[in-house]
Amino acid sequence: MHVLIIGNGISGVTAARHIRKNSDCRITLISAETDAFFSRTALMYIYMGHLTFQQTQPYPESFWSRNRMDRIRGYVTAIHPETRSVALADGREIGYDKLILATGSKPNKFGWPGQDLDGVQGLYSYQDLERLEAFAPNATACRRAVVVGGGLIGIELAEMLRSRDIPVTFLVRESSFWNGVLPAGESEMINTHIREHHIDLRLGTNLKEILPDANGRVRAVVTEQGETIPCNLVGLTAGVSPNIDFLRGSGINLGKGVLVNRYLETNLPDIYAVGDCAQQREPIGRRRPVEAVWYTGRMMGETVARTVCGQRTAYTPGHWFNSAKFLDIEYQTYGWVFPEHTREAHEAHFHWRHPKKHICLTLAYDRGSGTLLGVNTFGMRMRHAVLDQWLTEQRTAEYALTHLREALFDPEGYSDYRKHIQTAFRQQTLTAS
Amino acid sequence: MNPSLSLAGGPPSALNRIQRLSLFLGFAGLFILLLATFGIGFPKPGLWLALALFLILGGVLGYSLGAYSGHPAGIRNNGVWFKSLSARGIWAWGLGILLTGFYVVLYFYPQYLGLVQDGPNRGLIALFDPLSRALSGNPASQWFVYGALYTLAILAFGAKFIWKYRHNRYQLLRTLSVMFFQLAFAFLIPEIMARLNGDLPYYDLKNIWPLNYYNFERYRVNAFIGEGNLGLAMLLFGVASTLVITPVLTYFYGKRWYCSWVCGCGGLAETAGDPFRHLSDKSTFAWRVERWVIYSVLVFVVLMTTAVVYSYLGPDHSRYWLSRGELLVGVGVLLTLVFAWVMLFRRKELQKDARYGAIAYFTIILALIGFHYLSDTQHVFLFRSETLRKTYSLLIGSIFSGVIGTGFYPIFGSRVWCRFGCPMAAILGLQQRLLSRFRITTNGGQCISCGNCSAYCEMGIDVRAYAQKGRNIVRASCVGCGICSAVCPRGVLRLENGPLQNRINHRDMLLGAEVDLMDFVGEEK
Ligand SMILES: Cc1cc2nc3c(=O)[nH]c(=O)nc-3n(C[C@H](O)[C@H](O)[C@H](O)COP(=O)(O)OP(=O)(O)OC[C@H]3O[C@@H](n4cnc5c(N)ncnc54)[C@H](O)[C@@H]3O)c2cc1C
Ligand code: SF4
Ligand code: SF4
Repeated sequence: MHVLIIGNGISGVTAARHIRKNSDCRITLISAETDAFFSRTALMYIYMGHLTFQQTQPYPESFWSRNRMDRIRGYVTAIHPETRSVALADGREIGYDKLILATGSKPNKFGWPGQDLDGVQGLYSYQDLERLEAFAPNATACRRAVVVGGGLIGIELAEMLRSRDIPVTFLVRESSFWNGVLPAGESEMINTHIREHHIDLRLGTNLKEILPDANGRVRAVVTEQGETIPCNLVGLTAGVSPNIDFLRGSGINLGKGVLVNRYLETNLPDIYAVGDCAQQREPIGRRRPVEAVWYTGRMMGETVARTVCGQRTAYTPGHWFNSAKFLDIEYQTYGWVFPEHTREAHEAHFHWRHPKKHICLTLAYDRGSGTLLGVNTFGMRMRHAVLDQWLTEQRTAEYALTHLREALFDPEGYSDYRKHIQTAFRQQTLTAS
Repeated sequence: MNPSLSLAGGPPSALNRIQRLSLFLGFAGLFILLLATFGIGFPKPGLWLALALFLILGGVLGYSLGAYSGHPAGIRNNGVWFKSLSARGIWAWGLGILLTGFYVVLYFYPQYLGLVQDGPNRGLIALFDPLSRALSGNPASQWFVYGALYTLAILAFGAKFIWKYRHNRYQLLRTLSVMFFQLAFAFLIPEIMARLNGDLPYYDLKNIWPLNYYNFERYRVNAFIGEGNLGLAMLLFGVASTLVITPVLTYFYGKRWYCSWVCGCGGLAETAGDPFRHLSDKSTFAWRVERWVIYSVLVFVVLMTTAVVYSYLGPDHSRYWLSRGELLVGVGVLLTLVFAWVMLFRRKELQKDARYGAIAYFTIILALIGFHYLSDTQHVFLFRSETLRKTYSLLIGSIFSGVIGTGFYPIFGSRVWCRFGCPMAAILGLQQRLLSRFRITTNGGQCISCGNCSAYCEMGIDVRAYAQKGRNIVRASCVGCGICSAVCPRGVLRLENGPLQNRINHRDMLLGAEVDLMDFVGEEK
């Protein structure tokens, strides 16, 4: 049996690893991007000089031959399910018995005038990093950069540019940073922190157009408020969407992404999709149909491997969790904590914030039963295993706070704010009742 | 194959004004020392020495201020791989050669530093005379100069380190601890003891055998015994630190209590060596070399020390309360007990390494038997014990720990000695692996495989390889510096002490997916 995997990101490689653990079949990975698998989440650290590209690769070169995984560098232009083969841009045709699509995402572009000029780019691929190195090597070549889109990648790009002392203007459409996901108090704290890093944060500001100079390079951006901001680089980081254009016409059902059932199977036999490019037909809990995060890509890879090896397995992710770092503030989330405008009536919040430092915690719980729904922490590390267990056991928020100690994961010696948090919680519940 | 993009880039390299001023001050201080080395006699050496030391201290402090103030607290590894000094560029090689040269002169040609055997010192050493006299009453030696500069380095760069990691309390406490132990235990107390009682041997109490390989040599033991109760207490403390204190503390806290909280070599690596920690080799080849070399050094030091002590003990109790025969039997019994315990209770943890443990054990036992049958008063086994000792002291004590270990910081990273050579680290490491409550816990499924932890581990441990599988890190070489945990952007790693049960979790499953999947995911291939 020959398993062909398009995409060598976390989902494709995880699938390959787990297939190899359970099967001796032939495995081939195709990628247009790089020969080696690297951690996309670490792209920023290469530009910032923390890591070399080599160090972002989770497995050494010998891994691929040791585990008998063939690698092909090339771009797939079309797949032919009827002949069970895929076509590469260089004319090669490669056959398969089972095909796994793990093609990831591409940065969103919303048809802004000038969005394809030189010096206008997203931050997703290794090639994007090369472009960034060319257009924004330092503050002399790039006198100002404008980052458009206030999400996780936008703030990373802003941090990267600041590490080279490049002035950054950060255009965020929302009235507060990432408040489509974060409750107001947390989002407010991040606004402050962004400004502490001397990033010119413009909330509630939309991009209207990007202006070229005589050589077809970006010269400035114009906002919808009519302001012109001169710059040498524009980062478009207004989200990502599944990278599936080459699949059109192949007979595979597509929505926003590749439509899959709970077994990660597409409508065609022996073709599966995992990771960023997959879109669930049936919703799983309160999860979004397309989940473009590292962890879900990995879990889908583990699951599909099982199906490919003959044990058909549904994708049933456990409790939602995620993490990120906003400049210096680490963020972790477990379960569901919704911001004000998407919150259902039964979801109550307890919010504690350190009076001076950038540390805060939000607990979401059911107004009636007090059951814990989710936890967000900033500047405070939590123990995944414990929170996962509490969510499974449907513990109450009060239980969680009384046992907070078990869940703290900060390094030894850190101040422990349990007492403050517990007192604040008691006061809040007292005033509420 | 994939050249790092970074090296092609043009990151900011300019120093700010405070940094430039500080560099000037620091180098002015060094320049005074250099002038003294080349024989310029200063009229008031005490004053000039103080000036030089304060200039250096001020330079480092000012530089750190320029580097880290004005930024919010957080991990600041920006440009580490772009800077010549921290990315094995010209400055790194230059510094490496300078340091190495300094060690060669210090160990083998102290006369060039101004040491005069019978007469007043000259040059650099003379410059330090006033300080030495103030502390111990004696003129300085090359070791005093070295000790003073070493302490200065730990204090100055310790302050820099604290400023750099000021958001991290673990790093703060740990660094204050190494600064304290260096200043008090390694530098001041022995000097002051020398003033109070000149006949006691110089004793840095935190320097434990086998790191302090000469602790049980004849002249020292005689001096201890000759000095009544205090001396005897010190001798007993020396034995107890190896046999009792160390194992107990390591059981509770892992080897970190010593390697990154107390030890002077560790102290220098953690402070002055911090800018070079990412240079350690992470390949499995390096790991293999590490294990062969470090355990060979351990076997060597055990044999060497036994031989040296053997050579001066008598056949009976007339000279010392321990006789030769008893020494050999004692060492043999102790090792047999340890070996038997490991084989009975820790076979599983050791896996394939058990074979190497057995080789080491039987080598020592055979050698002990050899001592008994093939030795006379001058020769132990076929060698003169003095030759064994000299070889060890030259190869391991000087060349390995000093010239290579510290001189090559900018090329091989800061812990080459600790990782490949230190017999103390070897013992503590074995215990950490087999009988300790310490581990680095991996936080469920939160790892994003970014690689920061592995890159900044000074011991060359591929931390990510464990973290991305959701496994805890229980490695003999981990010194518990906590930097992997500090640089991790996702809060994945926590150094902690806990029950022995489930310390090493081989459950190869990441949290997040359904439980069923756990049966599916087998052992790593
Ligand atoms: C800068 C950045 C930071 C991030 N940080 C985080 C984070 O902190 N936490 C988190 O959870 N997630 C993060 N993410 C998201 C996360 O990286 C992605 O969810 C994850 O990498 C998706 O993995 P994947 O395997 O599905 O796809 P990808 O990693 O995108 O891999 C797809 C591969 O397929 C190749 N490919 C696509 N189409 C073709 C074709 N037609 N022919 C050949 N090859 C093709 C692509 O070139 C690519 O190499 C981040 C993303 C970015 C860009
Ligand atoms: S594993 Fe972590 S704590 Fe241990 S030595 Fe390496 S960086 Fe330090
Ligand atoms: S443990 Fe942390 S630093 Fe290490 S690879 Fe995982 S996320 Fe990165």
